Amino acid sequence: MAQGKKLGLKERYALLTRGLDWETTYQPMDKVFPYDKYEGIRIKDWDAWADPFRLTMDAYWKYQAEKERKLYAILDAFQQNNGQLNISDGRYLNAVKLWLQGITPLEYAAHRGFAHVGRGFRGAGARIACQMQSIDELRHAQTQLHAFSHYNKYFNGFHGFAHMRDRAWYLSIPKSFFEDALSAGPFEFVTSISFAFEYVLTNLLFMPFVSGAAYNGDMATTTFGFSAQSDESRHMTLGLEVVKFTLEQHEDNVPIVQAWLDKWFWRGYRLLGLVGTMMDYMLPKKVMSWKEAWEIYWEENGVALFHDLGRYGIRLPKHHEVTVKEKHRLTHEMWPTLYQYGNALSLHTWVPDDAELDWLSEKYGELFDRMYRPRLLFLRELEQRGERYYNNRLPMVCQVCQIPIFYTEPDDPTTQCVRIVEAADTKHHCCSDGCADIFRREPEKYVQALIPPQQVYRGEAGGARDIFEYAKWLHLEPGADTSEYRGSPDHRNWEAWQAAHKSTAADAA
Amino acid sequence: MPDKVFIALQNIADAQPIIAAILGDNPAAVAHETPGMVKIDCPTRLVVRRASIEERIGRAFDLQEIHVNLISLGGNIDEDDDEFVLSWRV
Repeated sequence: MAQGKKLGLKERYALLTRGLDWETTYQPMDKVFPYDKYEGIRIKDWDAWADPFRLTMDAYWKYQAEKERKLYAILDAFQQNNGQLNISDGRYLNAVKLWLQGITPLEYAAHRGFAHVGRGFRGAGARIACQMQSIDELRHAQTQLHAFSHYNKYFNGFHGFAHMRDRAWYLSIPKSFFEDALSAGPFEFVTSISFAFEYVLTNLLFMPFVSGAAYNGDMATTTFGFSAQSDESRHMTLGLEVVKFTLEQHEDNVPIVQAWLDKWFWRGYRLLGLVGTMMDYMLPKKVMSWKEAWEIYWEENGVALFHDLGRYGIRLPKHHEVTVKEKHRLTHEMWPTLYQYGNALSLHTWVPDDAELDWLSEKYGELFDRMYRPRLLFLRELEQRGERYYNNRLPMVCQVCQIPIFYTEPDDPTTQCVRIVEAADTKHHCCSDGCADIFRREPEKYVQALIPPQQVYRGEAGGARDIFEYAKWLHLEPGADTSEYRGSPDHRNWEAWQAAHKSTAADAA
Repeated sequence: MPDKVFIALQNIADAQPIIAAILGDNPAAVAHETPGMVKIDCPTRLVVRRASIEERIGRAFDLQEIHVNLISLGGNIDEDDDEFVLSWRV
């Protein structure tokens, strides 16, 4: 056999995607792919789809296998060398608990979602990219659980993430986000998750936070985080390709895509309030503030992307200016909320120490010193008097993003922001104009949202009559899994392990 | 000010020749280090050249190997066997 010239990347990609596809004849294509038209998106030529990475399945398996080998070698070393003792402070792990409870289940949901759309598009290039991403997302869920399982041996609050996912009031924030996407059509799903969440916003989740994990000595999270993020750049590229491809196919697609970008930018931004709070309040050693991260990854990088899409008639997402106003206070409003509902969280909360307050003053300036520092100092004073503050009721939450309604008016940080929307003679409450707009566009969808605090008070949480019975129904042990960090078993263990480490070092010397 | 594209890589030994190649081939590129990672920003366009990496590592390099240490990027991608280009269309 004659030895042919080795194929180039572009030829290999064409042969291993389009070249493996066919037009069905036993059944019409519309019956084989029943979901890719009803959203109103018009596609003239699926062959115009191009995966810019041109990754084929054989190369995919090769590089993913290499990533897994590297990751598991490090996780083994981490476990064998008592890596849990090398973190900056015991408080740090509460950020990891929030990740496990809030984000890991989203990885699994993404696996399901991409498996679905990986079957749903009639273009082979799009199907293959979605199938790879589906496998990636399953990998992310698994590697995160493996990495965190080591901490579960030594710290409280890690045990019940799967049980809590469908039951905990605060975990309905990420859960409802993803179920909103999963219950949309295939084009909206990829626009929401691949583009709005992965391309525009996921950098804020993985880059400053995982870099923060590295800074806080968390080898397990750093390793899975960067390993996952190496897949993420492929997902982001898929997101951008989906949007460009859709916009190029037909001008009628532009207003549909713009409405999705408006919706999903805001939903993703609201979800990231939790991540910002992890960065500003839960990392004992801090890499950058939420405000700085928003400036780099949205105001600089995200806006550049929207400028590029301007050629298709796409404008910046609605309410983007509100996010810039809120960057000065988002996390300072979120942390005291988590703090006060601490009896119903599977993680600990606390008032930052003086050095941390100074860091926040330096990063946030006058507004922090005037509005939020005094509040935190007041909470500290109450705690020192033995009257640690808890709000032992569950909050009213937004009908769309399910975050408690505590944010303030865009131009007035002293006035609570509430928007009341009506549908079918019922009033619903939203946290912002962004969420109210999303509700008004599809009221028939959001009136169905299951709102956990309402369900709890209806007796649907095992008949729990107060927040402590509710916590028990979540399989949480009061004080050990929940509430204040100072004086908790996690805190006492951490201090004892640190003392033992120091005394051994002193004995040896 | 032109919009910037960026590429972020893990700050580990395997990625150093790639980082050096990028900074060598893109005079306007600026590297920012935070724990565990390096983010390289560049106005409008950034190129990663296979030949420049191969010069530094002394072996053949497949540009797709970059996936193993890549953290994130911003920009439209155009990749072939010799170059990986990130750009905003101006």
